[in-house]
Amino acid sequence: MKLLNCPINGTRPLSEFIFGGEYRVAPDQDSCSDAQWAAYVHNRNGSPGDKKEWWYHSPSGTWFIAERNTLTDKVSRTYLLSNANLNPALESAQ
Amino acid sequence: MPLRLLKYALSKEHPAPRFFKAHETPKKSYDVVIIGGGGHGLAAAYYLAKDHGITNVAVLEKGYIGGGNTGRNTTIVRSNYLTPEGVNFYDASVKIYEGLSEELDLNLFYSTRGHFTLAHTESAIRTMRWRAEVNKHVGVESRVVGPDEIAKACPQLDLSCSGQAPILGALFHAPGSVARHDGVAWGYARGADRLGAEIFQNTEVLSIDVKNGKVCGVKTNKGYIETKQVLSAVAGFTPRITEMVGLETPIVIHPLQACVTEPMKPWLDSILVSGSLHVYVSQSSRGELVMGSSLDPYEVHSTRSTLDFVEGLTSHMLDMFPFLSNVKVVRQWAGMADMTPDFAPIMGKTPIEGFYLDAGWGTWGFKATPISGKTMAQTIANDSAPDLIHSFRLSRFEDYELTGEKGAASVGH
Ligand SMILES: Cc1cc2nc3c(=O)[nH]c(=O)nc-3n(C[C@H](O)[C@H](O)[C@H](O)COP(=O)(O)OP(=O)(O)OC[C@H]3O[C@@H](n4cnc5c(N)ncnc54)[C@H](O)[C@@H]3O)c2cc1C
Repeated sequence: MKLLNCPINGTRPLSEFIFGGEYRVAPDQDSCSDAQWAAYVHNRNGSPGDKKEWWYHSPSGTWFIAERNTLTDKVSRTYLLSNANLNPALESAQ
Repeated sequence: MPLRLLKYALSKEHPAPRFFKAHETPKKSYDVVIIGGGGHGLAAAYYLAKDHGITNVAVLEKGYIGGGNTGRNTTIVRSNYLTPEGVNFYDASVKIYEGLSEELDLNLFYSTRGHFTLAHTESAIRTMRWRAEVNKHVGVESRVVGPDEIAKACPQLDLSCSGQAPILGALFHAPGSVARHDGVAWGYARGADRLGAEIFQNTEVLSIDVKNGKVCGVKTNKGYIETKQVLSAVAGFTPRITEMVGLETPIVIHPLQACVTEPMKPWLDSILVSGSLHVYVSQSSRGELVMGSSLDPYEVHSTRSTLDFVEGLTSHMLDMFPFLSNVKVVRQWAGMADMTPDFAPIMGKTPIEGFYLDAGWGTWGFKATPISGKTMAQTIANDSAPDLIHSFRLSRFEDYELTGEKGAASVGH
């Protein structure tokens, strides 16, 4: 059975989780062009590699971030979203 | 016994006949380079030569031909889609398939079985009616049938599905067929080779050279090739190729798994699909039940298969066919499905001059092999896409003109 670590509930079977797609930052909707907005809505970074992704632990209703390699399917870490957590400079301090 | 075979019985020499010439080193330049020796790439090479007289063409395949999704799929061919654009397009493919064994002089075991999409809920029946009406309007034979007709075609089916999800009716699609998948790749390869195209196996495209927005060549593990026209027909590898030319697309890769049972005497004539139970099944000409389910739930670039998949699938198979409980699953595998948000392909020209895309085939592209080969050949020869594939253009996303095939493609193939 594949397992995933929920930052709140600890290690749980993967069947309790729902994949929410890659973590992405929306362009500023007031200043971006129509083409930029359409690209944000539809396009995805589909190539393999290390990605930050949204995952949802459905029994507890917890959304969190997992860093996962989409080629090897190895998860390197999971954490709740906060500015500090997404800042690479702070990563080594954790 | 055909004379072709008899002559080997009489002779002391038994040379293995090759399907296509084993080229080792590509030439310095080609008019067209096709990346990917799956059914789609090989069909495009065949129709470039046959319909347009373009024969200075190289097909580059990083592994062996048909080793991608072409050789991993469950081979269901049908045209009972939801949108008129989809129905017209897939119907054109079914029509080519019907005469393809003859055209390619190779038995593709193309076998028309009739295809039932089972409805277990009122809302499923409503979608079936909608699809049937669109199909009839376009001239494709589909109709909604009741449980009696399903029982007549498949008396072994437990219509109550173990009481879990009683079957209320189905969309019946008479032209639904299965075929021998690797035969399709090999037949097109031989046809293209005979007309002059060159096929290179173990030849991987490492990068694509673009200058001033125009394609000028590709770098491979067997050297540099100059060309002004490149077709990418690599299904589950598409994001890696589009990244080489800096093109963004909506495509994401999810594994799609399948499995087969040990062979049995023929008992299942029809192709059955159940969206609610996430099962589709047909019996191959070898007697195996060929079974598939829905897409894996998250992105992975891998052809690994999982126990979860066979456990889930077989438990639903037993809801439908309790008598199969002693039958063994002998093989399981996966392919990488290149998924689009509207369950329609991405075909045609791109903003890069000379770079053509045939992708987004997800879980549904085997049935489209002939027509996509034909229409992509037309697109390359004329540098303009025919009307039949206009709704599948990459720019539909920027135009917010998505195709909306999801209702007809979620589990059925
Ligand atoms: C389990 C499963 C079941 C399916 N069932 C059905 C079905 O019932 N009906 C249906 O219509 N469709 C089905 N499909 C979908 C169908 O298999 C595909 O859409 C179709 O086969 C795609 O064909 P292709 O020729 O485009 O790609 P492929 O056959 O995948 O060929 C692409 C080729 O490109 C090569 N390649 C990749 N990168 C490079 C590179 N850099 N250089 C050189 N070569 C490269 C690969 O090695 C590969 O051989 C199914 C798919 C799967 C996985």
